[in-house]
Amino acid sequence: MKIILNNREEELTGERMTITRMLELKKFTFRMRIIRVNGKLIPRDEYDSTMVNNGDNIEMIYLMSGG
Amino acid sequence: MGPWFGHDVFKVLIFAVNTHEKPKKFLMKIREIENRLKKFRVGIAGAGGLGSNCAAALARAGVGSFVIADFDIVDDSNLSRQYYFSRQVGMLKTEALKENLIAIRPGLEVTVHNRRLDVTNIPSVFQGCDVIVEAFDSAEMKEMIIETVCRVYPETPLVVGSGLAGWGMTDLLKCRQIDRHLFICGDETSETSDEMPPLAPRVGIVANMQANTVLEILLNKPAS
Repeated sequence: MKIILNNREEELTGERMTITRMLELKKFTFRMRIIRVNGKLIPRDEYDSTMVNNGDNIEMIYLMSGG
Repeated sequence: MGPWFGHDVFKVLIFAVNTHEKPKKFLMKIREIENRLKKFRVGIAGAGGLGSNCAAALARAGVGSFVIADFDIVDDSNLSRQYYFSRQVGMLKTEALKENLIAIRPGLEVTVHNRRLDVTNIPSVFQGCDVIVEAFDSAEMKEMIIETVCRVYPETPLVVGSGLAGWGMTDLLKCRQIDRHLFICGDETSETSDEMPPLAPRVGIVANMQANTVLEILLNKPAS
């Protein structure tokens, strides 16, 4: 399936999948981030239950320590 | 005429410019902005480098009311970038910041919460705030407050700081609106570490970017 990830088109093997699975497939290791699917913020405890579908717009915003 | 005449005319001209034209115009506009800002309450989540500098800028600009939450005390090492003074070492940051804001503007209303913020107390601590400034140190806490505010107060703007470590690289610092009520200021890439400590200029720039974003939000808001 194709998704838009941070404004870039990405191809993922498989059809629908959870956010957790998408993070595994993309090998994203940086832990601190927020994820928005089609403009909706998905809390971390919903990564296992929220599905990513073909054509979805995914935004990952990285949070850096320091303040 | 001797040379003194020309000099005097010059002084009179300077006097006219200084006392009549520009300053008066600015002052009227500044007073108008202050009058609008004094009705608003801003929540400051964390009174470290971001929170203390951001609050000071907002107090100077004219925001009338603050809610400040932090659990920490002022340490010697904080003076490299946070809005505290050496005589305040050992004080609670909330109390020290309140003192400094009131020193800037005696009429300010400042409510302090000396506690570690979490999912359960954020809703009550920041109830009634027009904008919330995220100014935590750890990325986990940043994530926690974004999730909490988006869930509990989806209509309250949240201004987050992310990426301010080191020095230089001024052009990488930016501010962007993620959605209607979520804003992120910083470079979004630099992380504080032993090699990349937070230092006054970059921390101050990001804190002031957050303050500037708060002003933009408040000054666009219809007066209630």
